[in-house]
Amino acid sequence: MSPVDREVRATTGPAPLAAAAADAALPAGSGSAPGTCPASESGPEPEAPSTAGAAVDPAPLTGTALPAVAASASGAGAALRALARRAGGPGGLLAFAVLLLLVLVAAWPGLFTSAQPDISDPVHAFLAPSTAHPFGTDQLGRDILARVLYGARLSLLLGAGSTVLSVAAGSVLGLLAGIGGRWADQALMRLADVLFALPPILLALLTVAVLGSGTSNVMLAIAVAFAPGYARLVRGETLVVRRSGYVEAAVGLGLPRPLLVVRHVLPNALGPVLVLATVGFGSALITASGLSFLGLGPQPPAPEWGTMLSEGRNNLANAWWTAVFPGVAITVTVLAVGAVGRRAQARFTRRTAR
Amino acid sequence: MTAPTLTRARADARHRPLLASRSRAVLGAVAQRLLGAAAVLLGAATVAFVALQLIPGDPVTVMLGPGNPATPQLRARIRAEYGLDHPVAQQYLHYLGRLLHGDLGESYQLQQPVAHVIAGQLWPTVQLAVLAMGFALVLALTAAVTTAGRRRAARAAVQLAELLSVSSPPYWIGIVLLTLFSFHWRLFPVAGADGFAALVLPALTLALPLAGVLGQVLREGLETALGQPFAVTARARGLSDTAVRLRHALRHATTALVTLTGWLTGSLLGGAVLVEAVFARPGIGALTLQATTNKDMPLVVGVVLLSASVFVVISTLVDLLYLLIDPRLRRG
Repeated sequence: MSPVDREVRATTGPAPLAAAAADAALPAGSGSAPGTCPASESGPEPEAPSTAGAAVDPAPLTGTALPAVAASASGAGAALRALARRAGGPGGLLAFAVLLLLVLVAAWPGLFTSAQPDISDPVHAFLAPSTAHPFGTDQLGRDILARVLYGARLSLLLGAGSTVLSVAAGSVLGLLAGIGGRWADQALMRLADVLFALPPILLALLTVAVLGSGTSNVMLAIAVAFAPGYARLVRGETLVVRRSGYVEAAVGLGLPRPLLVVRHVLPNALGPVLVLATVGFGSALITASGLSFLGLGPQPPAPEWGTMLSEGRNNLANAWWTAVFPGVAITVTVLAVGAVGRRAQARFTRRTAR
Repeated sequence: MTAPTLTRARADARHRPLLASRSRAVLGAVAQRLLGAAAVLLGAATVAFVALQLIPGDPVTVMLGPGNPATPQLRARIRAEYGLDHPVAQQYLHYLGRLLHGDLGESYQLQQPVAHVIAGQLWPTVQLAVLAMGFALVLALTAAVTTAGRRRAARAAVQLAELLSVSSPPYWIGIVLLTLFSFHWRLFPVAGADGFAALVLPALTLALPLAGVLGQVLREGLETALGQPFAVTARARGLSDTAVRLRHALRHATTALVTLTGWLTGSLLGGAVLVEAVFARPGIGALTLQATTNKDMPLVVGVVLLSASVFVVISTLVDLLYLLIDPRLRRG
């Protein structure tokens, strides 16, 4: 439907306005019937976040975690059970706990170990895991547990930074394709087809070859590699939102186009994208640490999981622990984020299907 | 005049009109696919050209290498030789023309035609990729067929293994395999590319994440198929559970598997970069890494074009293969 067509419809009769009203009523309706659990059991806490998060779904998940933790002071057991139910069973709760722990480690690694990540002690090089050094020591005698813990900040930053960049780039391109008319749409989507023909790591390598190596360039490279996927999703969502009643109503009310996009199209198209980004974070982290492993990311003294693995690869013959524990950290992170992401995805599809 | 001829004639008569419309629909679909494939390849060539234009600095200086003094005359000659003195649009057309002749340019670092360099490293990577795909398919099929629709500890264990294999960095899987099988049990060589034994661990490393993805998708497809009426009918006819799985459900589940296998084959080249680094193997992946570190753009772009071509050829073949697997699509 062309914009003119839409404007005509919006101004000729009350029908589109009624549609808009119905649309506006929908989020409230979906909020008053919270998910699959009966209202009597779910207690007071899930009510508010689920209405607030009807448009952007991941909000209830991350949003309820904190209020529920705060509530645990009054009724720890009940709150924990409610939290577990919302998180999707004990597995979901575990994933949330691991995620919370990872964020804490990344923020304050010093809380979890007294050892320093970058002080070498050649006398104690290549010590096997023991109570003094739970993950052993590396070729310079540095405590690997400390390096893994301090490395969380850089590694998670690398994963999160590249995910944010790729979502941002993908959203802009997807919006342009979705609202920019046929030519922009065709051009951008054909470009996405081409980029889809290449494995992400190869696209990232191409970008690094152009920009040079380094932490920020690795983030940009991952963004280039993963943006096409997000762009395609945002475009699809934009096309749906564009035809919805409330956008027609806004057009009819004479809202300027940029404002329309920012205030109505973007927030409503973004929900599924944020859910996908949670799942996509894992791939971004794996690819980014892969580039570090290849020596293209953060350089050796820096504690980063991929970089540590690349150093540890050379010591496999005599010290397996140097190359095993950083990998465990990556896998645990990807598993936890993936579990949370898949739950968010399941909730989202359930909600939008209704 | 004889019975067989008559039967054949009758069979022909029965099939001819159907075949005609069918083959026209199939031909149309094939043409559409080929056109789309050509468009993606043209796009890939354009992306390659843009990437080549993006190299910071004067391309002549990059080509000459660091610390190589060149007279202005020599620079001018190189410019003219590579067509760098022409407008960009003309350079683009020139570039496409050279690509059509299989000329991918010359590697800055190795001072050799890119096509030669790539061809020289192709074989180890092809071996690795083919064996990895074989491993992945065997692992995924075995895991999915034996555990689909069953509520047993084995299913949970296999599912956990699949989840782990898709959530772990592939190069780390390689490191763990090396630690266990090469350093601890000394079953396979640590590095190198001589013989089959040296190929097993790298191929397994490349295969495990793929097997995880394929296994998950295949099991889901099998479980859906096993719940369909045709599976119930087959069981009611007295077929054994294994026969229902292998003869009926599997065929339905393979459609998703074929698409995914095609897509994953295209991604093998990306995985090869990491696997070849872990196992210190020669090949396209090692070449790509070396070219990336040296900013040898013509070589990187050459590999990118190779990868895009592999992907396009395979996904086109996959689409055509669908017509074979799924008779419903042949009806146009």
